[in-house]
Amino acid sequence: MTEMRRVTAIRNGTVIDHIPSGYAMQVIRILGIDTDRATPVSLVMNVPSDKIGRKDVLKIEDRELDQEDLDRLALIAPAASIAIIRNHAVAEKMKVELGDDLLNIARCSFSNCITKNNHEPLPQRMRVISRDPLEVRCYYCGCGQEIDELIENII
Amino acid sequence: MGNLVTMDDLSNDDIIAVLDDAERLVPVARGEILLPLLQGKVLANMFFENSTRTRMSFETAMKRLGGSVLNFSSVGTSVSKGETLYDTMQMIDGYADVAAIRHPRQGAAQYSADAVRIPILNAGDGAGNHPTQTMLDLFTIRQAHESLDGLNVVLVGDLRYGRTAHSLSHALVRFGASLTLVSPTSLKMPVEIVSDLRSHGADVTETESLNEQITGADVIYMTRIQKERFPDEEEYTKVAGIYKIEATDLVGAKEGMIVMHPLPRVDEIAPSVDSTKFARYFQQAFNGVPTRMSLLCRSLGVKVPKKVK
Repeated sequence: MTEMRRVTAIRNGTVIDHIPSGYAMQVIRILGIDTDRATPVSLVMNVPSDKIGRKDVLKIEDRELDQEDLDRLALIAPAASIAIIRNHAVAEKMKVELGDDLLNIARCSFSNCITKNNHEPLPQRMRVISRDPLEVRCYYCGCGQEIDELIENII
Repeated sequence: MGNLVTMDDLSNDDIIAVLDDAERLVPVARGEILLPLLQGKVLANMFFENSTRTRMSFETAMKRLGGSVLNFSSVGTSVSKGETLYDTMQMIDGYADVAAIRHPRQGAAQYSADAVRIPILNAGDGAGNHPTQTMLDLFTIRQAHESLDGLNVVLVGDLRYGRTAHSLSHALVRFGASLTLVSPTSLKMPVEIVSDLRSHGADVTETESLNEQITGADVIYMTRIQKERFPDEEEYTKVAGIYKIEATDLVGAKEGMIVMHPLPRVDEIAPSVDSTKFARYFQQAFNGVPTRMSLLCRSLGVKVPKKVK
């Protein structure tokens, strides 16, 4: 049995492979997957991976990720590979890529940032300073954002 | 175009060019020569937070160059009715040719620059940046040491909330300065700034003690512990008055060393220092005028003549 078969194959939806070990729950959160709904989500944690040592895998039924989802995912799972499944077959493969500029992905965590006023109309904007280790700063106030804070402040 | 939000908006060559222009503008700043380079232009002084020196020196700078000034303060205006910064700045975009903005919230200057077409000069955003202060600080340092290269600069006081110290340290390391950061633990320079400074290859030392730093310094830059930036009174009381310089403390200092302060001071520098050859803070305050004249010209794309007469 391959690692991918630890849970049943899905008919339609998305498989996210190579999530860093222990981060599957954050991925669910960052993608805004409503776990109260009836959509089945299969979660595999801490399985061996040739690519990243140990990994988590997520299978989400009846949802296909779009580019905006991928931009969010890149924050915590930069090595993730994504397969869109239609009728039990892989219809599309996608890679995540962390851009230099994150528009309306997360709110700044700094309490005195100008963007803390919810009525201000310009977009939330983060700059990616470095990818490994991940360093993200608010474009406006320049404050560094911890990864946990980013997840907490996902829009 | 023409914005000055952080020191990253100026290359080292830009900095030198602005300082050279400022130097030629000194007689105009003193009112000795009339040079209406900015006649017909309007500066909006957008002060959402109190200021004395910065606001007044911007106003003087604009007026000495023949321009006029709209003064805005957030008290009793549409801002107190809940207007967003975006909307306030849209209005100013139609009224003025350039705006200087001071705001209690960090990032307000970048936000304004993105919101409007006219050039924005950051006159202090929360604990963020204060680049026009940095330019006048660099002007003052160059005046004393003839060059900005490779100086030993000691920054003292509130390095956590002190935006002046943030902008100045960024600029100094680009000219190869060695920095000694003197502050109580609770007011240390933010880690991301220290990491930026070190990534420029700068020699950065952090310490809590000022006394042993005096003899090796080319510049001692004192800052006020800012009561208004503390979340609570008790935290403030713990560190208030921790660093004080008296004239007698400067006995072993280098011949050309200067003591600077962005002002206002509380008790960091005793009045006994004022009459020593080291004191440079009042000169520094005046230098805000020619420096801001030069920055206003740059923002508006107006060339300062090579010979000012």
